[in-house]
Amino acid sequence: MSASFNARSGLAALVVTGLLLLPLYTSLSGNVFALTLFTRIVIFALAATSLNLIMGYGGMMSFGHAAYLGIGGYAVGILAQEGIGSGFVQWPVALAASALFALVIGALSLRTRGVYFIMITLAFAQMAYYVASGLARYGGDDGLTIYKRSDFAGLINLSNRVSFYYLCLACLLAGIYLVWRIVNSRFGLVVQGLRSNEARMQAIGFPVNRYRLVCFVISGTMCGLAGALLANNTDFVSPSIMYWTRSGDLMVMVVLGGMGSLFGPVLGAIVYLLLEEFLSQITEYWALIMGPLLLLIVLFGRGGIMGVLGRARRG
Amino acid sequence: MLLVVEQFLNGLQFGLLLFLLAAGLTLVFGIMDFVNLAHGSLYMMGAYFAATFVAWSGSFVIGIVLALGATLLLGIVLEYSALRHLYGRDHLDHVLATFGLILFFNDAVRLIWGPAGLALPLPAWLTVPIQIMPGVFYPSYRLAIIVVSLLVAIFLYVVVMRTRLGMLIRAGASNREMIGALGINIKLLYTLVFGLAAALAGLAGMMQAPILTVQIGMGENILILAFVIIVIGGIGSIRGAFLAAIFVGLIDTLGRAFLPDLLRKILSSANASTAAPALSSMLIYLLMAMVLVVRPEGLFPATKR
Repeated sequence: MSASFNARSGLAALVVTGLLLLPLYTSLSGNVFALTLFTRIVIFALAATSLNLIMGYGGMMSFGHAAYLGIGGYAVGILAQEGIGSGFVQWPVALAASALFALVIGALSLRTRGVYFIMITLAFAQMAYYVASGLARYGGDDGLTIYKRSDFAGLINLSNRVSFYYLCLACLLAGIYLVWRIVNSRFGLVVQGLRSNEARMQAIGFPVNRYRLVCFVISGTMCGLAGALLANNTDFVSPSIMYWTRSGDLMVMVVLGGMGSLFGPVLGAIVYLLLEEFLSQITEYWALIMGPLLLLIVLFGRGGIMGVLGRARRG
Repeated sequence: MLLVVEQFLNGLQFGLLLFLLAAGLTLVFGIMDFVNLAHGSLYMMGAYFAATFVAWSGSFVIGIVLALGATLLLGIVLEYSALRHLYGRDHLDHVLATFGLILFFNDAVRLIWGPAGLALPLPAWLTVPIQIMPGVFYPSYRLAIIVVSLLVAIFLYVVVMRTRLGMLIRAGASNREMIGALGINIKLLYTLVFGLAAALAGLAGMMQAPILTVQIGMGENILILAFVIIVIGGIGSIRGAFLAAIFVGLIDTLGRAFLPDLLRKILSSANASTAAPALSSMLIYLLMAMVLVVRPEGLFPATKR
């Protein structure tokens, strides 16, 4: 057990060090593309980390998590369009909007369990997608170009690639720290208890749905932050940011890395997006390989990367 | 009045089409406890097969029959080679594996048929408008969809409720170990049910194809509607799927047709024209939310297992 713990935390430490040192490598080698790619990866890692909080620890299989990416992104985009460029306004609005959406969706969806929950979160995210497509004032289907990144009054310049990368990384690490604190708190233990045995937790006297809902809202808010970062990264936001395949991507990242492990989603995001990048360089039809690969991973690689590491030690 | 009748029939037709899709989905879930996201891909494949076979054989009917057979076969192959190994696993595994299949099918179609959509032309005898009431004409093809879907619904009912095969299917849904212990080849039964569901999805796809174009991703949006339907109707219940499908088809179609005019009476016309499309595409989700608040298990939940 302790050996597998070491293998996992060793890998996690390696990944974090690698991510911290990446700009050093890109400035030495002049490989700007790697920095752009990894900024994207870090942002998706944050989104996957937020999904892992409810999926891995809370047992709530949300298939609509991309909706919060979209809401965070659109909050930044719409405010920028209306001439409010300050990040001190944009980002809190992005977080508040995602939290509010998560509160409403959560309150309705958490009345159900299992497959119903999967399908309902999916349906609500699609609803958000259609609403965004219908926003004629903000580009509709074509999306919305953001001409100026969020302005933090000289505190940090988001147009500088390296500082933006470090901001994203800081957000990711803060997100992971938050999840770690939550998971080890009394609140987190209750939520994990609900995953294992809901009836028992209810019998002990915990207000089951209230705990779940709070966890759901925290996760949605965190994903909204990732959305605000993503919009700044691409200088563009469109309904496709919350298309349901995006939610599927996030789910795959979490499962690939290892559900319910702290650094699993980060690994999952790195592996998934690098694989996508690598395959799409080989062939235009990369999904032809990625699809069956996913099927094989589900069939044979249970527990994801972190799970395999744990098993290898025990076996 | 004329418009109301026409839109009502359109809604009914759309609802029946959705039923074909939702029936397969709910059958597979109810019996194998399997969540099949790739159901929409089978819908898409049905449409592509139909467009190909109709062009190849030169006959609409022969093409459709061949395409039905092809989708059935595809479903059986898919179940036999991959999906049967996932029965009994966590639902999340089903979602991920079939998500992978969607990626695969979309790119496979792009590779084989190209990124541009196909058209499935109708034969002349299906393009004449039929007089259904004095002064009211309705496209014969849409009428044909209504008739075929109703026939399929009756066929499903008879098979599931009145035949030995249906009895085994129902028995398998309520206790799979027991029926296996009684010497029934449960694996074969599952494969058959999956093939049937695939053929139903394919049929829905090829019937919708002449109205819309045959294109990549055509199964995804409609699959989500099918999800909404089985959530409203109660997962695993064919009767629930039937009623919910017609309900959703009517609300969606009538909402899109009449909501803009209604809103224009309340709001200024500029506001109405921005709010109406968003609101009418939200309608069925609002309906679903309301159903969930009142009855989280759906309107007609299948019997508890």
